[in-house]
Amino acid sequence: MEKEHQHKTPLKDFQSKCQEPVMSTKSLSIGYASGKRKTVLAENLDLCIESSAVICLLGQNGIGKSTLLRTLSKMQPPLDGDILLEGESIYSIARNELAKKIGLVLTERIPESNLTVYEMVALGRQPYTNWIGKMVEEDKELVRRALEGAQLEELADMRCDELSDGQLQRAMICRAVAQDTKLILLDEPTAHLDIQHKIETFQLLKKLAVELGRSILISTHEVQLATQMADVLWLMNAEGITSGSPEDLIREGRINELFDRNTIHFDKETRQFRFK
Amino acid sequence: MNKTHSNRLIFGFLLILLVFMILVNISFGSVNIPLRSVVSSLFTGQGDRETWNYIILNYRLPKAITALLVGSGLSVSGLLMQTLFRNPLAGPYVLGISSGASLGVALLILGSSILGGFWSVLGNSHILTSVAASLGSFLVLTAVMLVSRQLKNTMSILIVGLMFSSLSAAMISVLAYFSSAESLQRFTFWGFGSLGNLTWTELVVFGLIYLLAVISLLPGVKALNSLLLGENYAKSIGINMQRTKNLILLSTSLFTGVITAFAGPIAFIGLAAPHVTKLVLKTSDHRVVLPVAAVVGSFIMLISDTIAQLPGSEYTLPINAITTLFGAPIVIWLLVRKRRMVL
Repeated sequence: MEKEHQHKTPLKDFQSKCQEPVMSTKSLSIGYASGKRKTVLAENLDLCIESSAVICLLGQNGIGKSTLLRTLSKMQPPLDGDILLEGESIYSIARNELAKKIGLVLTERIPESNLTVYEMVALGRQPYTNWIGKMVEEDKELVRRALEGAQLEELADMRCDELSDGQLQRAMICRAVAQDTKLILLDEPTAHLDIQHKIETFQLLKKLAVELGRSILISTHEVQLATQMADVLWLMNAEGITSGSPEDLIREGRINELFDRNTIHFDKETRQFRFK
Repeated sequence: MNKTHSNRLIFGFLLILLVFMILVNISFGSVNIPLRSVVSSLFTGQGDRETWNYIILNYRLPKAITALLVGSGLSVSGLLMQTLFRNPLAGPYVLGISSGASLGVALLILGSSILGGFWSVLGNSHILTSVAASLGSFLVLTAVMLVSRQLKNTMSILIVGLMFSSLSAAMISVLAYFSSAESLQRFTFWGFGSLGNLTWTELVVFGLIYLLAVISLLPGVKALNSLLLGENYAKSIGINMQRTKNLILLSTSLFTGVITAFAGPIAFIGLAAPHVTKLVLKTSDHRVVLPVAAVVGSFIMLISDTIAQLPGSEYTLPINAITTLFGAPIVIWLLVRKRRMVL
């Protein structure tokens, strides 16, 4: 351990500088606290999410990717530090206001119900509607455009539980789009999908960033796709998070630090991990 | 668009059916009164016969209104519980609220007989029974809410509710063991449930608390649809979960508490009526399901009561038995036909 620290460049050098940060963290510590016991997953995180950037968060299972996303979206309290959204602490923003700024797509399946795709996507408008949730023309227009952008118009009247995994994932993303937020956080959005749908999902997310100016943070295990699509990679391991452009991180060999270097290594040519 | 239209049509049709059912319910009983006389008696106050007039205004009309409140209140409570816990099996019974009310009444009726003497008089009071039931349900609900603050998982809250319900049942058994046969019989009769016996004054109290339950539900209505996505998604689209939970639990306990207080522990409606509604409507949008479930609940209650009166005879069957005998086969039939039971 001692040795590794010595030849390692300090994290700051790898931090891509944010010109227009949508979200940034100040010495954030994440993990779980129950009673007196504290499980720290990562400490002193100073991260920043650039406007209209696609960021992929890579890391082993159980390293804390989901915890980070849950903390950034105010689903779970941090152990320490603060999270700023356009300069304002998310802990001073009411949940309904926060929902107008951060959209979330989770790995969990939604409970079985009669909810149709249209109704589900329309729920994305919830933060903007009146006390009973009545949608005005503007809301309907945004839902229609979101469905169109994800090519889901034809499935709009189907029940959510009739959809395939790929369709459902697209519908969930579509709901976050209709929510009209600057920032969308996605927890392993391609986990159960085949390669075709994985690529389509990534393309859809890239399109959201480029065409609609949304900032996208994706936690994923798709190293190859992430290095191709992402503007910035966040590499998460036990020591913390290293941030930088895919090219820099690959060139410096930092991507190798994701996994146990004794068993697998990252092949720069194919951009894939291989057996040693 | 088409769907909203057809749902409105269904709702309108159900409302007309409900009005008709109210008239039928008033018309049948130990003395059968022709529908024409019922209508003239209700709208002009002048029935064809003085006795009919008296029966309708002082007995049958309050009973029909009670049926409406009981049926709709229980159905709405059941729907709220199913959505809040995202579990199609949930209902007012599962949370232990009904059992709490039963425990309150058991403590009054059975407890006062055990104490004997002066205290035994207390057990006969109708108003005191209502107060005891309300207190019981309120206490159990407060306990469930306090415990649920410590629990993040809604499934655990459901189990806590079940535990409280078992605890109440156990305490009632102990009380029953020590009490007199006469008071035990009175408690058993209360347990059968009854829609009659309410005076207009009691009905006004019933109606006011019912209204309070409706009012406390209103700020939570919008969140109901979001809950269909699960708690985390609901939060992510701006729902304050703690506030929503509190509102729904408060409203449910008011509904269930006041209904159990005035009509006894009515089984089955809370579970069945929302499911019948959802199986027929093919939507989960609470802005549609909630009002229709209320109407369906009232409707089932009115039919059950009409059957329980055994028209033309002097006997009245326990309403609790009828709701189940009548409703259970319908739910099974619908389930087999549609092959799914959902939120």
